[in-house]
Amino acid sequence: MSENRYGLNKNLAQMLKGGVIMDVTTPEQAKIAEAAGACAVMALERIPADIRAAGGVSRMSDPKMIKGIQNAVSIPVMAKARIGHFVEAQILEALEIDYIDESEVLSPADDTYHIDKTKFKVPFVCGARNLGEALRRIAEGASMIRTKGEAGTGDVVQAVRHMRAIQSDIRRLTSMREDELFNTAKELAVPYELVKYVHDNGKLPVVNFSAGGVATPADAALMMQLGAEGVFVGSGIFSSGNPEKRAKAIVQAVTNYNNPKILAELSEDLGEAMVGINADEIKILMAERGV
Amino acid sequence: MRIAVLAVQGAFAEHEKILDMLGIEHFEIRRKSDLEQYFDGLILPGGESTTMGKLLHDFDIFDTLKEKIENGLPVFGTCAGMILLAKNLTNDDTRHFATMDINVRRNAYGRQLGSFETVSSFGDISDVPMVFIRAPYIESVGENVKVLSTVDGNIVAAQQGNQLVTSFHPELSDYTEIHRYFIEKIIKQNV
Repeated sequence: MSENRYGLNKNLAQMLKGGVIMDVTTPEQAKIAEAAGACAVMALERIPADIRAAGGVSRMSDPKMIKGIQNAVSIPVMAKARIGHFVEAQILEALEIDYIDESEVLSPADDTYHIDKTKFKVPFVCGARNLGEALRRIAEGASMIRTKGEAGTGDVVQAVRHMRAIQSDIRRLTSMREDELFNTAKELAVPYELVKYVHDNGKLPVVNFSAGGVATPADAALMMQLGAEGVFVGSGIFSSGNPEKRAKAIVQAVTNYNNPKILAELSEDLGEAMVGINADEIKILMAERGV
Repeated sequence: MRIAVLAVQGAFAEHEKILDMLGIEHFEIRRKSDLEQYFDGLILPGGESTTMGKLLHDFDIFDTLKEKIENGLPVFGTCAGMILLAKNLTNDDTRHFATMDINVRRNAYGRQLGSFETVSSFGDISDVPMVFIRAPYIESVGENVKVLSTVDGNIVAAQQGNQLVTSFHPELSDYTEIHRYFIEKIIKQNV
């Protein structure tokens, strides 16, 4: 991938900022998401909550289903490939997908290596729980990061933990002496240049969204106040009582995340939120996949 | 001078960075009460035009901004901002402000694989770096519209009195000349 192409891919993520990316499983849901103001949709066969319930092996979606969603909306369409499954990524690139999510929500295909994302023209977003994971993914060619959270739970605690971890890692790095950065690069197992960038700029070199457990407008605003530049909402919308209204409220909450009065109005009468499962009660922690 | 930047979604922070480089005071518009402040010009940034168009209505700021633009408020729209101002979209039934007499094709270069960067001229300014991200272009313009730039035969920048639009994103490079044009040739001339 040329430097130029990587720059353009980072630029697309910049256009998504301040927006909500919603998981959708049908063209009808994609249209609801677009009409609610989603800045992009993630096409997948089952939402994470259902993947969790069904168990077994979870893979890339059927290209036919992805194409159906691409044809239904004009906003960017993303899709997930399994961690390390570079052939699924090649297939998604052939579909001219706008962004590939190399995602821990699907069953990992490789327990050591992630996809070499520098070999692709289409952009990749990857999950991270801390600064080391984020910078390793960026070194592999990711042009956008999202905190992992714990998908399909409706429990925001892990998303908060991961966003706080990344932000505090960044703050620690910015206060270091320059000669300490070499050791940090070694400890994090990432290139020195990326550590230096974070030290000099006080932020990741790519856009950072939040994901995994956001279920309410308040959850979305919480993640924005903690430093997210936008939010992924997976199961939270289409497994709730009134997806249309909730989707719209979460989009508006992300724009006015700092205004409690508006957030109060948005939180009113949304119907039932997804039931959710406590992140401590679940057997499989998806966030532990791909470190 | 004070410039408002629409900040409901998208790459508004990048425009603010360019305004900082030029030493221009600015503030964000996210809700109706923000419109009570005084401003000399408005920037509509890149982002998703469907999202931005919808939020303009949800936060009840659409009508006030449209009226201001119609009454001559200098406005600069980049990418999605161009779509918001276009009178007609050739591949979409939606209309937003529809104040500028241009026919715009959304996602005219296709999906993300069609995004590109080039160098071209803009009015009298040559060697302008231009970044196109899932960009629109202008298919045709009305008689009061001045074409400022074309790339591969497609119109990518134009002006109609107080309204300036670009398909590309001058805010994504550290290049300040297009914003300077907006300030010097539109806001200060009070056209």
